[in-house]
Amino acid sequence: MIAGLALQLDRAARRLFPFALSALLVVLSVVPLPVPGYGLVVPSFALMAVYYWAIHRPDLLPAAAVFVLGLLEDILTGSPTGLNTLVLLLVYGVMRNQRRPFLGKPFAVMWFGFFVVAPAASFGHWLFASALAGRLVPAHTAFIQCLLTLALYPWMTWLFAAGQRAFLRRN
Amino acid sequence: MKPRGGSIMRYAAPLKAAAQRFAFLMLIAGAVGLIILGKADAVLIERLRVAVTDAFAPILAGLARPMATVEHAIDEVRALVHLRSENERLQQDNAELKRWEQLARELAAQNQALRETLNFVPHGEERSITGRVIADSGGAFVRSLLVDAGTRDGVAKGQAVVVGQGLIGRIAEVGDISSRALLITDLNSRIPVVVETTRDHAILAGDNTDLPRLLYLPPNLSLAPGTRIVTSGDGGAFPPGLPIGTIASVGDGGMRVQPFANWSRIEYVRIIDYGLKGILGPLDPLPAPVRGKRAARP
Repeated sequence: MIAGLALQLDRAARRLFPFALSALLVVLSVVPLPVPGYGLVVPSFALMAVYYWAIHRPDLLPAAAVFVLGLLEDILTGSPTGLNTLVLLLVYGVMRNQRRPFLGKPFAVMWFGFFVVAPAASFGHWLFASALAGRLVPAHTAFIQCLLTLALYPWMTWLFAAGQRAFLRRN
Repeated sequence: MKPRGGSIMRYAAPLKAAAQRFAFLMLIAGAVGLIILGKADAVLIERLRVAVTDAFAPILAGLARPMATVEHAIDEVRALVHLRSENERLQQDNAELKRWEQLARELAAQNQALRETLNFVPHGEERSITGRVIADSGGAFVRSLLVDAGTRDGVAKGQAVVVGQGLIGRIAEVGDISSRALLITDLNSRIPVVVETTRDHAILAGDNTDLPRLLYLPPNLSLAPGTRIVTSGDGGAFPPGLPIGTIASVGDGGMRVQPFANWSRIEYVRIIDYGLKGILGPLDPLPAPVRGKRAARP
């Protein structure tokens, strides 16, 4: 009985891992670092997480979880409520439908896909932000942010994959 | 048993997919709805934002501390290296400042005397609240800071946020234990300012670049780069005369201001509580509606 409960709790905790890690990354990404200008170009860890889990385990990061992540990012970074939420949901929707070609492929294919998705997400973000502001907002910080996101993607994939191997092997 | 289970599965799978698709579309609609609601300045959205920020403030404060410690350690080493030159510079500064102190004393005495002659009614007391920056990442399209002081500490919306060298923004959202400062460089920031030497009024408008622009200056006014820009106090939320920055460039895009604040390392900010406990005297120059609203806040 107890063992059964423990097993269930254990399984629930493991299933929560993708969301918990993504939420932690969102919180960490707003912590001030002693690097000048870092706050403006923090890579979008949430985007990397959503991209990775939408391909590998969309069942463990459902759309509702992506919604919550986006909302959390919006509120903590102070951007207009719903902006990141919408971008992340769109990325998630596209990747969940197009995940087949990426499954079981080498990492380079995943990264290549991200080279299409991340700039598209940045562009979408910029487009929505401009529409909200009623004029074109400067995009250079978004550009640098996008480059950093692309550059850091391999490291984060390594982290996600290590976590997936450690916590989700049995599922 | 088996065929029946199979038939259920046959219907269940597409149904589940349809339900998932429907849920996804609802979430998209929800996100769009949030954007529109937020744009319409709904109180509901602000409450949600403030509640979430307040909930995460202790976590962020805990995370920001080790970062600050690392930064201090680096600063310490840097300070040791530059000790000699720093000392020399400070001695020069000190000599210069002593001259200014003398001048300030003279002017203060003169000001006092003039005020007495004019029966000048001073504005209410000015109080400042110190807050630590616990989140500084506004992302690519927002310039704001999260500070670990809220209504509990006397912070209210609209108060001026200052670092040592000058004004950096105003309080835009305030929770119990945290508040968000909208920086003067943000797209949505508009600050009433005045040119210190000529007393020409203008609006300092951010546009997400490092150098905010001056709007509504009188036409044909030419200001030399380096001219100081300070708050005008129009609107009553800010104390007048807070230094903001100097004219950086005069070009086709209008005049831009280089803020005094060093954006790269803002660790603590001062939030200026101005006039909340101020007197509502007959000579009060502030517009009544603003004062009424501020006074009405608990």
